[in-house]
Order: sequence, then C-alpha cells, then structure tokens
Amino acid sequence: MLAIEVERLRKQFKVQKNREGLKGALLDLFKREYTEVTAVKDISFQIPQGEICGYIGENGAGKSTTIKMLTGILVPTSGKILVNGYVPYKDRETFVQGIGVVFGQRSQLWWDIGVIESFRLLRKVYRVDERDFKRRLDELVETLQLGDLLNRPVRKLSLGQRMRCELVAALLHNPSILFLDEPTIGLDIVVKTEIREFLKRLNREHGTTILLTTHDLQDIEALCSRVIMLDDGNIIYDGSLEELKSRWSKGREVQFQFSDPVSLQALSALTAGQGVRWTKENEMTAKVWIPREMNVSDVLSRVVGAMEISDIKIFETNTDEIVREIYRTGGSEKTAEAENGEALPAMAGADSRD
Amino acid sequence: MLAYRVNYYSGIVIYAINIGAYYFMWKAIYGDAEQLGGFTAGQMTTYVAVSWMARAFYFNNLDREISNDIRDGSVAVQMTRPYSYIMVKMMQGFGEGLFRLLLFMAPGMVVVTLIFPIELPTDPVLWMIFLVMIWFSFLINSQINVMTGLFAFFVENNEGLMRMKRVTVDLLSGVVVPIAFFPGWASEVLKWLPFQAITYLPGSVFTGRIAGSAVWEALLVQAAWFAALIAPIAIMWRAARKRLFVQGG
Repeated sequence: MLAIEVERLRKQFKVQKNREGLKGALLDLFKREYTEVTAVKDISFQIPQGEICGYIGENGAGKSTTIKMLTGILVPTSGKILVNGYVPYKDRETFVQGIGVVFGQRSQLWWDIGVIESFRLLRKVYRVDERDFKRRLDELVETLQLGDLLNRPVRKLSLGQRMRCELVAALLHNPSILFLDEPTIGLDIVVKTEIREFLKRLNREHGTTILLTTHDLQDIEALCSRVIMLDDGNIIYDGSLEELKSRWSKGREVQFQFSDPVSLQALSALTAGQGVRWTKENEMTAKVWIPREMNVSDVLSRVVGAMEISDIKIFETNTDEIVREIYRTGGSEKTAEAENGEALPAMAGADSRD
Repeated sequence: MLAYRVNYYSGIVIYAINIGAYYFMWKAIYGDAEQLGGFTAGQMTTYVAVSWMARAFYFNNLDREISNDIRDGSVAVQMTRPYSYIMVKMMQGFGEGLFRLLLFMAPGMVVVTLIFPIELPTDPVLWMIFLVMIWFSFLINSQINVMTGLFAFFVENNEGLMRMKRVTVDLLSGVVVPIAFFPGWASEVLKWLPFQAITYLPGSVFTGRIAGSAVWEALLVQAAWFAALIAPIAIMWRAARKRLFVQGG
C-alpha cells in the first residue's frame, strides 16, 4: 500500500512587494502590490509503506512547503495529495492522529514544564490509552536513553537532548508515518548517529514510513533507500542513492607517490587502452582518473607491477560533491534527461577533458 | 507557585489598587451629587468593583498569543495536533480567567470590601445570573481577541490593531466609564456594538440597575453577540488556512 501519494501538487504564495523610499511606502499604504511565487511546481511522487525517503534540495527549493502540505498545515493551490488514505488539509484532525512530525527548528514541547509533563499532555491530546502510553514511553525512553532527562524543564535541555525528546513526543501515539524536517540540524556527530540508528530501528521494528528533509547527506547515506531531489519547485531526481551516485559521479582518482621521477608518457603507456587519464602533480607524484564503471584494481595492478610506489591515495567523489555539482549546474535543464533515465551526456562530456 | 510568590501577591495588590483608584476618582467626580447618569455613588462603587471582577475573568491575551504563534511560525506545530487550534486557545483563556478570578480577584475583593463601602448583592439567583453573564463576557471578549489575533495572517504586523482593540474594549465595554455616561448618540451607537455585552451588561445587572425581565434581555443580547461572532471567526480561519504562510522556513 502507498503511504504517500502526490500528484501534480502545486503551491503558490502571494508575496507582498515593498516599494522603495518614502513615496513607495505611502503608496503601499493604499495599494499593495503582490508577486506570485510558485514554491512547488506540479510535483508527483509516491512513497510505499515502510520506506525511508530522503527529500533534499537547496534552501528555498520547496522541501518544507511540500512537507507542510503533506502534514495538513498548508492547503495546496492545486493537485492531489493522499497520505495514509486521507486528504491532509481536509480531514486534518483525524489525519494527524496517524502521523508524527518533527521540525528541527521548532519545538513541540512546552518550554517551561518538565519533559514528562509535556509527554503526558500529548497523551491526552492524542487520546492514547494509559497502558499503551506507558509501554511506548518506556520503550522510547530506553532506546533514546532519556531516563534522567524526563523531569527537567525543556528550557534546560541541550539541543541534542531536546531533539531526542522531540522524537519521543512525535512518536507517543505510534504514528505510521513520520515526517522529519531537518531533524539533525545543529547536532553534534554523536547525537546525529544516535538519531540515525534510532530511526533505522524504528523503521525496521515498527515498519514506520519516514520522510525526511535534510541538508546533511550523511543522514541520507545512513538512512534512505530512496532520494527525491528538488530544485526550484521541481523534482530533478527520484530514485536510489546508489543510482544518484553512479549517474552523477565522475569516477575516482588515485594519487600515486613514486620513489623515482616519472614521465606522463611512461604512465600512459602502462595503462594504454583502459580509458584512464593521467595528470602529473610534481616530479614524483601523479594522479590517475578512473571512470566509475572500471575497477580500481585493474589500473593498480598494472602500475604496481611496473613502478616502485611509496604511497597511494584513493579519492572517491562523495555525495556532497555530487549534490553540490547538481545544485551548482542547476538541475532544471537536466530534468528531461533525468526522467528518461539515461546517462547524462553533459556530464560525460565534462569528464573526458583530455 | 512558590517560585512566583512575589508575582502572585503583587497580582492581588494590583487588582485592589485598580479598584481603589477608580473608587477615589468617582468619589471626586460625584462630589456632593446624589446621582450621576442614573448611578448613585454607592452603585458606582459597586459597579467599579464588579466590572473589575468581570474583567479578571474575561480578560486574556489570546490576540497576542495567536499573533505570536503566527508570526514565529509555531502555529505550524499546533496544526499537526488533532485538535482545533481556536478551541484550544479559547480553553486556555478560560483556564487563565478562572485562575485570575479565583486566585487574584477573590482575595483582592476581600481586601477591597474591607476598605471601601462596596455592597454586593446577597441574592444567590443574581450571583448565578452574574456567573452566566461573565461566562458570555469571556466568550465574546475572547472571540474579539481571536479575530484580532488572526489578523496576523493577513497583515504583516498587527501590533497597532491589537493596541487599538485593547483600548477600544476597555473604553467601550464600560470598564473605564459606564456606558450610561456617554453622550446620548454614543451610547445609542454602543448599543449596536458587542463591547457593552462584555462589561456593561453584567455590571448593570449585578448592581441592580437592570432588573426584572430586562435581565433576560441583557442575557439575550450577550447570547446573540456570541452567536453572531462565530461565523466571522470561521470565515477568517478558513481564509487563513489558505493563506497560511509559515514564516521562518
């Protein structure tokens, strides 16, 4: 069954234009001018139950707007949304019983009261049975190690502690879908890892569908089987992380530190016919670029057999670089190619720069 | 509660001082006069005390809270909960009102009656009616507050509007000056506005200026205003949901 179904979803905002100067300000008093901004442009996607899906894109790409429409906060301008079988903005009060939401930048806990008091209040709000609540809370408190935090007021928690409490708060009513809007923002690496582990476990043990937006691609690598990438309100990629990497990645580079001075010709001759490319850093150091589909060992074996090597380093283009590249080149003109599922000629061209 | 002990006692004192200030002001205005605007000096003293008692209950800052929720975007979190946002805010206001009435106003009233010659009615029926009437006062005032707060969805900053509303309610509801003291045309206009239903009507009933079948009429006016204000709130809320532009991401 599908947990989330979105079809040609669109959201437009009217943004007020402020005219310049005193005259402009006076004019604004009487007649406002607005510009229409389309934050989400007719996107469609489906997420099956039990999937962990990452939703990425630059700031202002429309991620948060989509999440807010999916959680029933915003009313879409047009298009169809079905989450858990509900139209979120229409049946909001029943619908939200089945979802959990965490906004990394906003707290849903009450600032002045103890964490446990917030949880009890939420139990009442969601009408969770006392026994279920107890069991669920114990389980969550144990896995997230919150034991001694429960009686502290929220304002005395560190960000990492608060974030773990936010997760508990979003999960007390045992939702089948969890929405996370930048859940790891501003957290240190230890807490990030803890939260990732927890989410994985939640997905594994309870089959919870998770949709998260993030700027931290390690979140995606650690968690997501699927990535949806958004740029300027359009989906520019929807598929597995592996495929994203292989489609956009530029291969690997291996740097050799030789014991003796070498020449480019000699190196090129060694790897003739392999389609690799050598560049010389200095007298003793050279780099070889290896296309993604080729094994590094094929190249290594030829070089190692012929030369004396004092050091080797392998550089893999990591996801950060890939994504930065996509953002930078503006994914929009590649949308068509991405949808056709073909290798990208533009990228391939850039690669063979010899 | 203990942590806020100073806050608590000063709250009681503030109510006593407010009533005292108005008492002395009216005493000066009355001078030797027996009756002004249909109020005897004694009735006026009681009216002042009663209107403050009502105000303790109906007053709340829902407008500010709602507009803050909207401006800092935390209304988004509220919308992910299975309840009606406006209902929750109203109930929160009710809790605050009850707290203020029982813990600030009641002790303040005891202090005030010891100092000033305030005669409160002894008829339990009148007390019952008064309680019903200030319940409506609370509802109407909160409805006005909710509407003022919701304006934050439509304008970027509704600070000015909130200040205006606060002064308007205090002045036109009859806390500062009973409506009978306004010039003829003004009190005629005010009869057609919801503000008199907040303080003036319950105050007048409780001090005995309105009696007999007129009491039911006053109650009916309140109920009518409560009903009339439901629709605009519903319309505003609907429009707001469509416009909702969660600020700050």
